[in-house]
Amino acid sequence: MKTARPSPSPPTSPSKDFVMTETPAGTRAAAPGSTAQGSAAQGSTAVADFGIDTAQRGVRQAIGDYFARLSGGQLGALPALGGLVVLFTVFTVLSPQFLTLGNIANLLTQGAGITVIGMGLVYVLLLGEIDLSAGTASGVTAAVWALHLKVDGNLLGGMGSWVFYLTLVAMALSAGMAVLTKLHVAAIPPVLALVLMLIGLPANPWLEMLLALCIGTAIGCLTGFLVAKVGIPSFVVTLALFLAWQGVVLLYIGEGGTLAVNDEVLFNVANGNLSPLGSWLLFVLAGAGYAAVVLGRHFGRLKRGLVVQPTALVGTKVGVIVVLGAVATYALNLNRSPNEAVVIQGVPYVVPIVLGLLVLGTFVLDRTRYGRHVYAVGGNAEAARRAGIDVTKVRMSVFVICSTVAAIGAIILSSKVGSVDPQAGGGNTLLFAVGAAVIGGTSLFGGKGRVRDAIVGGAVIATIENGLRLLGEPAAVVSIVTGLVLLLAASVDALSRRRSAAAGVR
Amino acid sequence: MSQPILELRGVNKSFGPVHVLHDVDFTVRPGEVTALVGDNGAGKSTLVKCIAGIHPTDSGELLFDGEPVTVGSPRDAAALGIEVVYQDLALCDNLDIVDNMFLGRERLRGLTLDDAGMEEAARKVLADLSVRTVKSVRTSVASLSGGQRQTVAIAKAVLWDSRVVLLDEPTAALGVAQTRQVLDLVRRLADNGLGVVLISHNMNDVFEVADTVAALYLGRMAAEVPTADTSRAQVVELITAGRSGDLGIPAPETATV
Ligand SMILES: Nc1ncnc2c1ncn2[C@@H]1O[C@H](COP(=O)(O)OP(=O)(O)OP(=O)(O)O)[C@@H](O)[C@H]1O
Ligand SMILES: [Mg+2]
Repeated sequence: MKTARPSPSPPTSPSKDFVMTETPAGTRAAAPGSTAQGSAAQGSTAVADFGIDTAQRGVRQAIGDYFARLSGGQLGALPALGGLVVLFTVFTVLSPQFLTLGNIANLLTQGAGITVIGMGLVYVLLLGEIDLSAGTASGVTAAVWALHLKVDGNLLGGMGSWVFYLTLVAMALSAGMAVLTKLHVAAIPPVLALVLMLIGLPANPWLEMLLALCIGTAIGCLTGFLVAKVGIPSFVVTLALFLAWQGVVLLYIGEGGTLAVNDEVLFNVANGNLSPLGSWLLFVLAGAGYAAVVLGRHFGRLKRGLVVQPTALVGTKVGVIVVLGAVATYALNLNRSPNEAVVIQGVPYVVPIVLGLLVLGTFVLDRTRYGRHVYAVGGNAEAARRAGIDVTKVRMSVFVICSTVAAIGAIILSSKVGSVDPQAGGGNTLLFAVGAAVIGGTSLFGGKGRVRDAIVGGAVIATIENGLRLLGEPAAVVSIVTGLVLLLAASVDALSRRRSAAAGVR
Repeated sequence: MSQPILELRGVNKSFGPVHVLHDVDFTVRPGEVTALVGDNGAGKSTLVKCIAGIHPTDSGELLFDGEPVTVGSPRDAAALGIEVVYQDLALCDNLDIVDNMFLGRERLRGLTLDDAGMEEAARKVLADLSVRTVKSVRTSVASLSGGQRQTVAIAKAVLWDSRVVLLDEPTAALGVAQTRQVLDLVRRLADNGLGVVLISHNMNDVFEVADTVAALYLGRMAAEVPTADTSRAQVVELITAGRSGDLGIPAPETATV
């Protein structure tokens, strides 16, 4: 323990201490030296024991605390970020094409699909559960909308009658499962999917996206129900569904079939770019929003006399990130076309999609009651239950979120390839998505993780694949290297858990 | 004597074939400390969990303020003003002290959590409990010592405007000074008009703060007697044999008649 043991108090002191004591104004300005130990030894003003909570720290002390946290095993996304820097350096040295504008933009769109699926998986991993079916489930959603697109809304004709009716029944069942678990909001999308399938509106890209999300939610309801309500371990449920969804994709598409993404909007999701003006607008929006949130929270806490990082440090951090954003926006707005006849410029559409999901996902986890409950259930489900949290509902909800977000990932993946085939969402998709979350620092043991982890980890995986391919390495090497990196990340997780069991401030 | 705030009548509880609580009657009065004693496995924690809505009872009545109530979930118990410090503490290791104290009852500001407000409130409660050794209320619970964790669990129960507080062996992991503070707190809570139930194996603690002693023997309530009318030897006998003189469960011969 780093904290000081109290000197045994005289027999009369405890009752005196219990008298409500307002924070004396002086304590707030207390010099950093007179923290816990100093005041505890005096033992008269109880509030002074939290001196360190109110004493504002200097930049050096804050940086010192940061390193203390690191050595305590609270690594967060740092190893992955470090790994990313190493990978970038190595590939830049080895391959002249690696650090070109065209390749970096390509890297972004290559990594976006699994990153998005990984972002949804973070929610599941936070509970210490796993969703092995997220990949093939996303394939199912893609198959449905691609078919809807192809047959111009006539899914009955496209699927054949019994597959069509079975799908309708599945939607209704999903909605019922959501209601049974009292997760009523999750019942709406499956019902909507059912209605959309029945009325058969003509193909429309936005409608296809909505359909994808609704089917994703329906799949999540099914998975979540089996895990949370029926009580089958998620590993077993999702392993079974992983196989089953592969079959369903085949059923929808047909052996050897391929559904082309013949729609400009859907094709542009992963292949299009914002206009240069749009790119700058995105930068202004994201940069200003980020600065407003971080600085707003900082000065809000400062005003209430709560502990904060030194203003200079927070300001520098915001400044650095905004400048990096500006540089990236500028670079992506340069023409990166290898061909003189065409101009390719602007921030790829996947960037605002991933950023939007990051903001939303982080907001939900950090700022809402629901998010707090997700962490609580992941940390100690029994304690959460005793605190009155509906653990079943929380457990079901993360699978719903995961599958719904995976549907977005599948849109990006299919758009990148330009078609949906029976392999959609199969192969390494799921493993890379789980890998992204874990490499980024999300724990497989539950209770620890952030949505941004999937982005950092997804960048690592995409960089390995992209870089090794540029060097002409075969798929075998790519797989082996990615596997080793994942192993490394899992070891870091296990080791940091051991360290942080001993000490550390979150 | 004041009206009971919490009353159990004929409560039975089985885990499968194991009959843990047999027709238990139990009374908690406001302004009093009721000590619940009994050997290991007597069913003390089970009784507390039944009151807290964690385990459903098989039969029997629960009266709160004289009204029959059903407590089906921990939420129901909290709504009545029943707070529990569990023997295993039930804290989330990955969350910090503030998050744990407000778990399940987070304060909101609009749609979002009022973290700053909760932090202030938590600091105040901890300061009132004169917690000395915690460096920051944002420390994660995983890094606290056993005694500190216990204090957090107690502070969590004290934070709310509760009417009944049940503490399951709250001093088991505490040092001398901290035990003192907890016992003082227990007394103070009762003096403020709360009904307090203290589970303890330590007779010194029991006789120091309790007004009433309730002894469980193999899942049966052996006796519920004012501390002033009994002695340590008698309580020990109630715990180990279920009866002592004319107190406690009647001897088998008389029971069969
Ligand atoms: N969830 C459970 N499932 C099955 N049996 C249980 C369960 N909880 C408690 N028991 C049984 O009920 C009996 C009473 O247990 P309980 O924990 O209430 O004892 P206790 O009086 O609190 O003991 P201690 O002083 O050791 O804390 C024990 O025999 C125990 O094995
Ligand atoms: Mg017990």
